[in-house]
Amino acid sequence: MTLAVFFGCTFIAFGPALGLFVFTIARDPLRIIILIAGAFFWLVSLLLSSLIWFIAVKASDPRDEPLQKGLLIFGVMFSVLLQEAFRFLYYKLLRKAIEGLVALSEDGCSPISIQQMAYVAGVGFGLMSGAFSMINLLADTLGPGTVGIHGDSQLYFLTSAFMTMVLIFLHTFWGILFFHGCEHRRWWEITAVVVMHLAVSGSTFCNPLYVGSLVPSYLLMATAAAWAYLLSGGSAQNLWRFLLCLRSGPSPQPGS
Amino acid sequence: MAALGVFAFGGRCGQSPVCSCQGNSVERKIYIPLNKTAPCVRLLNATHQIGCQSSISGDTGVIHVVEKEEDLNWVLADGPHPPYMILLDGNLFNRRVMLQLKGTSRVSGLAVAIAKPSPPQGFSPGLKCPNDGFGVYSKDYGPQFAHCNNTVWNPLGSGLSYEDFDFPIFLLEDANETQVIKQCYQDHNVPRDGSGPEYPLCAMQLFSHMHAVTSTVTCMRRSSLQSTFSINPEVIDLLSQYSIPLSACAFLTPPVHALQIDSHSFFWNIAPGAESAVSSFVTHLAAAEALHKASDVHLLQRNIMFTFFQGETFDYIGSSRMVYDMEKDKFPLRLDNIHSFVEMNQVALRNASVLWMHTDPVSRLNKSVEVQVRILLDILSNSSVGANVTLQEAGYSQPLPPSSFQRFLRARHIPGVVLTDHRTAFQNRYYQSMYDTPENIQMQYPEGLSPEETLEYVTDTAKSLAEVATVVARALYRLAGGANNTSAIQADPKTVSRMLYGFLIKMNNSWFQSIIKPDIKGILGDVPQHYVAVSSPVNTTYLVQYVLANLTGTVVNLTKEECLNPEKTPSSEKELYEYAWVQGSLEPNSTARVPYCVRSTVRLSKALSPAFELRQWGSTEYSTWTESRWKEIRARIFLVASKELEIITLVVGIAILIFSLLTTYFINAKADVLFSIPRDPGAVAY
Repeated sequence: MTLAVFFGCTFIAFGPALGLFVFTIARDPLRIIILIAGAFFWLVSLLLSSLIWFIAVKASDPRDEPLQKGLLIFGVMFSVLLQEAFRFLYYKLLRKAIEGLVALSEDGCSPISIQQMAYVAGVGFGLMSGAFSMINLLADTLGPGTVGIHGDSQLYFLTSAFMTMVLIFLHTFWGILFFHGCEHRRWWEITAVVVMHLAVSGSTFCNPLYVGSLVPSYLLMATAAAWAYLLSGGSAQNLWRFLLCLRSGPSPQPGS
Repeated sequence: MAALGVFAFGGRCGQSPVCSCQGNSVERKIYIPLNKTAPCVRLLNATHQIGCQSSISGDTGVIHVVEKEEDLNWVLADGPHPPYMILLDGNLFNRRVMLQLKGTSRVSGLAVAIAKPSPPQGFSPGLKCPNDGFGVYSKDYGPQFAHCNNTVWNPLGSGLSYEDFDFPIFLLEDANETQVIKQCYQDHNVPRDGSGPEYPLCAMQLFSHMHAVTSTVTCMRRSSLQSTFSINPEVIDLLSQYSIPLSACAFLTPPVHALQIDSHSFFWNIAPGAESAVSSFVTHLAAAEALHKASDVHLLQRNIMFTFFQGETFDYIGSSRMVYDMEKDKFPLRLDNIHSFVEMNQVALRNASVLWMHTDPVSRLNKSVEVQVRILLDILSNSSVGANVTLQEAGYSQPLPPSSFQRFLRARHIPGVVLTDHRTAFQNRYYQSMYDTPENIQMQYPEGLSPEETLEYVTDTAKSLAEVATVVARALYRLAGGANNTSAIQADPKTVSRMLYGFLIKMNNSWFQSIIKPDIKGILGDVPQHYVAVSSPVNTTYLVQYVLANLTGTVVNLTKEECLNPEKTPSSEKELYEYAWVQGSLEPNSTARVPYCVRSTVRLSKALSPAFELRQWGSTEYSTWTESRWKEIRARIFLVASKELEIITLVVGIAILIFSLLTTYFINAKADVLFSIPRDPGAVAY
């Protein structure tokens, strides 16, 4: 579908993530390292889960469609659980890292907090997940054809791009929620993250009924965003003050 | 993790009739590849380029199905979404329509659906005067016969194969694929309620980019520059092959019996050539077998050389090379030593069982040549007594039809005759086209036969060709000095039938499998066709070589080692004979074969045009045909979206990017406002 669609879909899917990266992560090398390590952890979890799925598929009869569909659902659910497990492992690793950073620092304080690490880890997971969802589609957008000759919806690329965007956001917020839950031993927060993840992945099986997958995902994203905001020290008052400040122009404040 | 593309793949693949399992799942949702197609490629000679060419990244166009002439108006004038890719019905694939399409920029390519049954009015994309300018007639020799002034040999010839098109043209061989394209067109491209069709539209993309341009001269110059500096791969391939001369014994004044074994059609590698090539070389092979069985063939005064020339369609590549080799003493035989020449061209469509004998009137003006030609004609006429073949002379007013003999005449006035089933114009209404199929020579088999039964079934065509072969074999026997009764010399209709089946219908049959070498059994299996091509030898050359070896050779009792290394055996006479270790037939109730050694006098001789030996790329004396090289040739169909949707996608993307950048900037700048510092000790501030 040519360059217009390629760039359009790339910007839709990765635009917000680019914004997050440029303004909040790119300046601090430590955050970049945590981002890349987080992406790597997600990659390993995908590798393992795809190995299991691949073995299951090869061991089964390829012509049995309900079985293949069942195996796919099983594969997706197993992958979700494995991703969350790797998020937990990454949390453990970062915990250890903070101790090391404290030992190395001059004033006994870690240069980065666990909440910041949670946020960056979430972005890392999200970016890698988005890349794997979107890159092969983007490659096909460069050709002259669009989806549809077998009866699929023409909006395939657009909806995939929106889905990828929401997934990147979701991974970011889930990172914050998950690490907060691990930090304060609130298991129900961890369970909520896993359940939300399973729900979003499960909703994609409604495709090509895109309403069934995009709308719940965006609603869940709004919920997760609000929750993560509250957990990070935000409140409705702060939000109101932020919006008011914006409208009346930036007032002099001590630098952050 | 989201199951975006993966789920849809699981549900969709089985639904389409031409689902091919290549490419990733998203690609499979977008494209339907067309696998059974044949492209039109670019060929060049000394001065021109012919054929078709696409852009380097393929040509795309909205599909329009043209089944009658009125449909062309949409493409040429009315349609709102040019350029168009036309799906043309085979019956409209003629010169008038093609020249209209050539002149417009609204056409980006053409796919021709082969017409079934063949067009009743005939179809020939070859020239009206085949191989004009490279035969014997010119302004210096028989000018009244040059350039078909006297007889137009191929009146149905439109010369379409020799036009230069700047868009790709493909042939759709599979009716199922054609139906898929038409269905896509019906679903998306048909105008509704008088207005134009709406997006998304069904489109086709054809890739057939050719590297060579202009002419052989330019191309060879560029190739030699590039290969000298090792910059790029070569852009051109010379059309060459191997011709097969067979000599019965040593080389003393043999009569030469020759014909061509290649054909051509508009499209690459589609050249069934049933009437134009196969019928004649099959008859030739049958005559060779019949002669071989005669008891005193080894005692004849003169030897008979059976020759099969490749590349005759392209200005006599094979025969011109053999004449050149004979003149330069590179061939075991010299032109002086040729006693007479008998050639067979197109003999399957005899009218009322008449076979015409053509001679060259100009050389017959010479008394001595006239005498020998007269003897030749009389021998031929006498040989037809008792057979269901009536030989008639074409007469002094007729020149020779396009034939390999003309190249020999150019060098020496050898007495010779060309046998054909036509007196003036060709009987073949599908000369050098994709419709020159077994149906064209009336080969019919009853229904319900298995492949083995079909192989053994003797058709009427086979019987008629066997009679021609008998006549020719008897005449050759007499010409070679044989004195005995010739009634024992009979061609076997069974052999003819098996050869016709193998060369026209199914190459991968049990007989062919048993006579070839084990390491080349991969050549059997495609649909038979006889294009000269560039990689040599082609399947046809190999098969003719092995069939000839089988029919005229002898089985010798050598082991595999001895057969493959005959120089080690003392009595093998390696200079005279060729030894081949062939597969043999299957043992009954087993998959093992019984191989054996065949000794024959069949040899291959390279048929590369002398122009390339002499490096005269612009030669007008010898054939300079070359074929362009290419990287990939493929075709596929898909839907295209409207420009509006694409622009909307881009604008939305840019808007989201800018909005998210701004929002993130502000949130980051005002982070202290948004996020209160938590009160518990030990926590770290942002």
